[in-house]
Amino acid sequence: MNNIDISNSSLFLTAGLIFISLAVGWYEKLKINKSIIYAALRAVVQLFVVGYVLKYVFAIDNWILTFTLMVIIIVNSSINASNRSDGLKNGLWISLAAISSSTIIVIGVITLSGAIKFVPSQVIPFTGMIASNSMVALGLCYRNMNAGFHDRRQQVMEKLALGADVSTSCKDILRDSIKTGLQPTIDTAKTVGLVALPGMMSGLILAGVDPVHAIKYQIMVIFMLLGITAITTIIACYLGYRSFYNSRMQLTRF
Amino acid sequence: MAILEAQNINYVADGNQILFDCNFSLNKKEIVTISGHSGSGKSTFVKILASLLTQTSGKIYFEDENILDLSPIEYRRQVSYAVQQPTLFGETVYDNLVFPYDIRKQKFDRHHVIKALKTVDLKESDLDKPITSLSGGQKQRVALLRNLIFVPKILILDEVTTGLDCDTKASVHKMIDYYMGNYDLSVLMITHDNEELKHAKKVVYIEDGRIKEGTENE
Ligand SMILES: Nc1ncnc2c1ncn2[C@@H]1O[C@H](COP(=O)(O)OP(=O)(O)OP(=O)(O)O)[C@@H](O)[C@H]1O
Ligand SMILES: [Mg+2]
Repeated sequence: MNNIDISNSSLFLTAGLIFISLAVGWYEKLKINKSIIYAALRAVVQLFVVGYVLKYVFAIDNWILTFTLMVIIIVNSSINASNRSDGLKNGLWISLAAISSSTIIVIGVITLSGAIKFVPSQVIPFTGMIASNSMVALGLCYRNMNAGFHDRRQQVMEKLALGADVSTSCKDILRDSIKTGLQPTIDTAKTVGLVALPGMMSGLILAGVDPVHAIKYQIMVIFMLLGITAITTIIACYLGYRSFYNSRMQLTRF
Repeated sequence: MAILEAQNINYVADGNQILFDCNFSLNKKEIVTISGHSGSGKSTFVKILASLLTQTSGKIYFEDENILDLSPIEYRRQVSYAVQQPTLFGETVYDNLVFPYDIRKQKFDRHHVIKALKTVDLKESDLDKPITSLSGGQKQRVALLRNLIFVPKILILDEVTTGLDCDTKASVHKMIDYYMGNYDLSVLMITHDNEELKHAKKVVYIEDGRIKEGTENE
């Protein structure tokens, strides 16, 4: 594995790349230099902490600890997703429900099928992947749903006025939101290998794994992502649309 | 006897009071016209009557039952609201006219729909027309038919003739007359149109959120 060990000094030198983005930010007067520095520092600190935590967790291989870490990942990604929900009522609970269901189902399928073992060094990275992809899908889905209820408010009201039930009145919006949540994953699946070598596969190849083994992992990951985004967006939409209505089946102001 | 009765309706939205102590009643088979300046609260008032908004205080009775005790879905099928500037659903005229059947989980009754199309001077062949190819007046009539495919007990028309030419206005009025003549239908219509006001039997004015005593023609 020596081939991927980056020395501290070379890491330090590559930090010079940050100056390029700082220079762009300064030259174009984007006023984002503070946040670039903050983001870079955060990334360094977070990753170092995570690196050491993972090393420790993998070493002691305790299921309570593994489970706790999974919960932390899920909760964090849910908080993040609900922050993108633009004030959706119960956004956090909906995100939690969506992300934890997709995690449980997908981890269940891939461990029971024997694709991975229920050991921390395999379950935790997968949980991370699932949660972060769910989070992105949820963000898209929420944004689309908010925009849909905003732009098509009148049409939803007309359907209600004709005596449609709540879910019929917003079926189009939900359909579009689910589609939007799924679209990036579908696009990725179509272009994988042609445009980008996915991070995980690249990582395995860099670590010296036979590319043919690495692609099997990647194929599984793609199947997984399709499952994850479908589960999360469906759950989020079906739990989320209710918060646009009150108990009298009227659109609430948002 | 009153089929719909509103008592002391107040409505406050975002801290602004829009309606003040409104009283109103509509009798069976009666047609009442509501008028008033733009922004006076007409649409808000009828949306409350159609159970699309809930009043801040006051009571509304439909056939002597408090509408808050009725299922909103069933109520809205009986008290059908045609919005100001409707949008059409889906892609074709058919998509719009099948909607009332879909929500009732009933099969599309082609025969009945064709008959209904005729009441507004539209034809069977219009069913397959894309909604984008319709004129403003045709759109308005298709939208109205959605409210009338299953004839409600009360039809609330929110400025449905605004911006229509005389012929289309006439066919909308013909349609109202047809349904009132053949069914137990009461109509509540909002209008600014002087011609319509002149012919109205009973007019109620809303000014700055307050209902002024109605005037009865003839
Ligand atoms: N949800 C709301 N929140 C705050 N203000 C509102 C809301 N809905 C309506 N209003 C305000 O209430 C007033 C009445 O609006 P409404 O649509 O009922 O008027 P209208 O009489 O139907 O006018 P028009 O003839 O132009 O259709 C307006 O000043 C409007 O800005
Ligand atoms: Mg209005």
